[in-house]
Amino acid sequence: MAEQAILEVQAISKEFSGVRVLNSINLPIHRGEILGLIGENGAGKSTLIKIINGIYTPTEGSLTLNGEEVQIRDAHSAKSLGIAMVPQEFNLVDSLNVFENIFLGSEPRRKNGLLDKAKMRARSKELLDRLETDISVEAKISTLSVAEKQMVEVSKAMIHDAKILIFDEPTTTLTQHEINILFDLMNRLRDDGVTMIFVSHKLKEVKTLCDRVAVLRDGDLVDVSTIDEIDEQMMAQKMVGRELTAIFPDKADPESDEVVLSVKDLSVDGKLDSVSLNLKKGEILGLAGLVGAGRTELAEAVMGLRRKQSGRVSIYGKEIAINNPRTAIDNKLGYISEDRQGRGIHTDFDLLANTTLISLKDYQNVLLDKKKIRETTEKYVDLFNTKTSSLKKELQYLSGGNQQKVYLSKWMDTNPEILILDEPTRGIDINAKSEIYQFINGLTDQGFSLIVISSELEEIIGLCTRVYVLREGKIAGELAGDHINEEEIMFYATGVKVMEQI
Amino acid sequence: MIFNKTGTLENTGTKFNWRDYTTLIGFIALFLIATIMGWPYFLRSRNLITLLRQISYTGIIALGMTLIIISGGFDLSVGSMTAFAGGVAIFAMNTFGPDSGFGVLAAILTAIVFATFLGAFNGFLITKWKIAPFIATLGTMSIYRSLVIYFAQAGNIESVNQRYGRIGSGVFLGLPIPVWMFFAIAAVLHVFLNHTRTGRYLCAVGANEQVARFSAIKVNLIRFIPYVITGFTVGVSAMLWSSRLNSMNPSDCAGYELDAIAAVVIGGTPMTGGRGSIIGTVIGAIMLGIINNMLVLAGVSSYLQQAAKGVVIIVAVLLQYKK
Repeated sequence: MAEQAILEVQAISKEFSGVRVLNSINLPIHRGEILGLIGENGAGKSTLIKIINGIYTPTEGSLTLNGEEVQIRDAHSAKSLGIAMVPQEFNLVDSLNVFENIFLGSEPRRKNGLLDKAKMRARSKELLDRLETDISVEAKISTLSVAEKQMVEVSKAMIHDAKILIFDEPTTTLTQHEINILFDLMNRLRDDGVTMIFVSHKLKEVKTLCDRVAVLRDGDLVDVSTIDEIDEQMMAQKMVGRELTAIFPDKADPESDEVVLSVKDLSVDGKLDSVSLNLKKGEILGLAGLVGAGRTELAEAVMGLRRKQSGRVSIYGKEIAINNPRTAIDNKLGYISEDRQGRGIHTDFDLLANTTLISLKDYQNVLLDKKKIRETTEKYVDLFNTKTSSLKKELQYLSGGNQQKVYLSKWMDTNPEILILDEPTRGIDINAKSEIYQFINGLTDQGFSLIVISSELEEIIGLCTRVYVLREGKIAGELAGDHINEEEIMFYATGVKVMEQI
Repeated sequence: MIFNKTGTLENTGTKFNWRDYTTLIGFIALFLIATIMGWPYFLRSRNLITLLRQISYTGIIALGMTLIIISGGFDLSVGSMTAFAGGVAIFAMNTFGPDSGFGVLAAILTAIVFATFLGAFNGFLITKWKIAPFIATLGTMSIYRSLVIYFAQAGNIESVNQRYGRIGSGVFLGLPIPVWMFFAIAAVLHVFLNHTRTGRYLCAVGANEQVARFSAIKVNLIRFIPYVITGFTVGVSAMLWSSRLNSMNPSDCAGYELDAIAAVVIGGTPMTGGRGSIIGTVIGAIMLGIINNMLVLAGVSSYLQQAAKGVVIIVAVLLQYKK
């Protein structure tokens, strides 16, 4: 393999409204290699590839293609420079057929202005032949398998004779068999001289497929190694490996062994496969795993927000059929969703209406008791130290941290005893984070039992006394005590280690 | 506090925000213009009472429509529904023979119960079969209209009961009975919207259905309720209208849906749902009446009245949403 850079990322930085998500990245990409790009959620992987693909413009730095500096203004200009991306979510129109999709947005025209379908068909056939597939150019997208759709996406990316192909987590929706087909294809493209960037969470796949691996962490490029120098364990260590800050309160193991919530063999169509877990009284239990591992689906199924295929949920030892959230609430369960603005709070309602929405029954005699609503809302504003100029302020004018406090208030007012917190500090500043951690920890002293779902490993490590790691809809491992560290969690989350329940 | 910016909350701030009062300001302005242009006839109580009577039929329906729109829905079928329920009511009354007191009672109950049922049917299509409200009620608009025409054999459905006519043309304490009904239902629904749990749930579902679902609100039930309430208001309106004429023509009440929606929009309830005001709708309906009245007094061709109405709707929306 020639050690010559086809594309050079030079001192690229990117800020979003003042927040730096990429910090002076220097990364030469060699001609004809497959470069693995790994990192935790939020490490900056997608930002980097979106800059290369022209979707974002960098705040600082430049890109050099074949030794010449280039400005890539949008995905279209990237394509004409020979850079294309195969997106994680397919952008195909189901009702059109293969060749129409391949040329979608760059259709060749005849002199009279009409579409040159003959040329589209011929060129599509050529592209698909090169990929050694036998998909018909006339087939409707809706009739294709997931792997075939991906082939069409790759063809679509290649119409301008792409020299650099970016694959954004291409294997997440594929079966093992389909993954093999994709890897064969990528190997053939490499033999053809195409350069590829492979973004993945699956370290094993990176190890098998790639020539080099670049590791991003918190917006910094922390490591670039050739594949022989690095194994999956080292990759996982490099992805995490950061100091824990002192914003977490001291952890305490639960005093009792009483199981308050137990889930047995819970399956959800396509998302969860026979998951069992139990939560002890006064415990803070962590649910770790990569995005898409099934953590949120687990919480939603337990809360009766999602259909269970099978499985039993018991609360305080009593099996309860929870088919709607009201039953869950009546049985002392509460769930703070990760999607605060989409599922949690009404941003155009004020604090009064939000705080008492779930528990509104307690405020109605014949009419709503607005005085009592006000008193309750005031109580929670004091308890959480929520910053607002008025109880009648619409939540859209509050900061993320204060919105989250109102969201917590809304659930606290249902008098829960078991709370599931899904990404409880997503998108909020460090002070509010610390306050929420203190609050969560304080709840256990009052006899609450909590499940914390988080993609931020330090949050799991800082708060939880026991952790389940989910991977692809299954419990991949259970950790406790000193075993709760970033490496261990990552090993299970990425599939380096499997099932070793304690 | 007259004016609720949102159905659920009292006025949001201490600062005066004129946008919260656009409907009221528009109403006052329009009233002054009408007073000047229509001097002295406009201000005469006879004229004002006639005006109120004219708007009360669609106004009553607009009250129910306000709740539907707040909950994120829509109803095109109310005009057809009014004709259908009114026709069936007269038919039911006639089976009791001429001038029967029971017949009058039967007409009132039939109009209201039957229309409530038709409204519930709309709600069923929308919440159970998940048909988009616009499409579902476009369908039932056609169905209800067609059924009443078939039922009447394309002719008038005449009442044989002279006593029935006294409701619609009756006057109590100086105001026509339809106007009393309009204000009474408005008062009840205002309290329902702002001071009950279901009223608040309507706003919650209309503002963000997912958040409502995650807040353990029975979203389908809440979306269903306003269609039933609208059925009820349509029933009242059908009863008043058929009584006023003491007959029902199957082609009557066409376009009621547009007048009702116009009143809601002029009253400051956004089509996107999540908030709204019953009092606003009352004012909106009266404003539509003033415009009509003004044009009539000014001798403007009745063909142009719809154009004037259209302009007012667009201006109202511009004032409310332009930021």
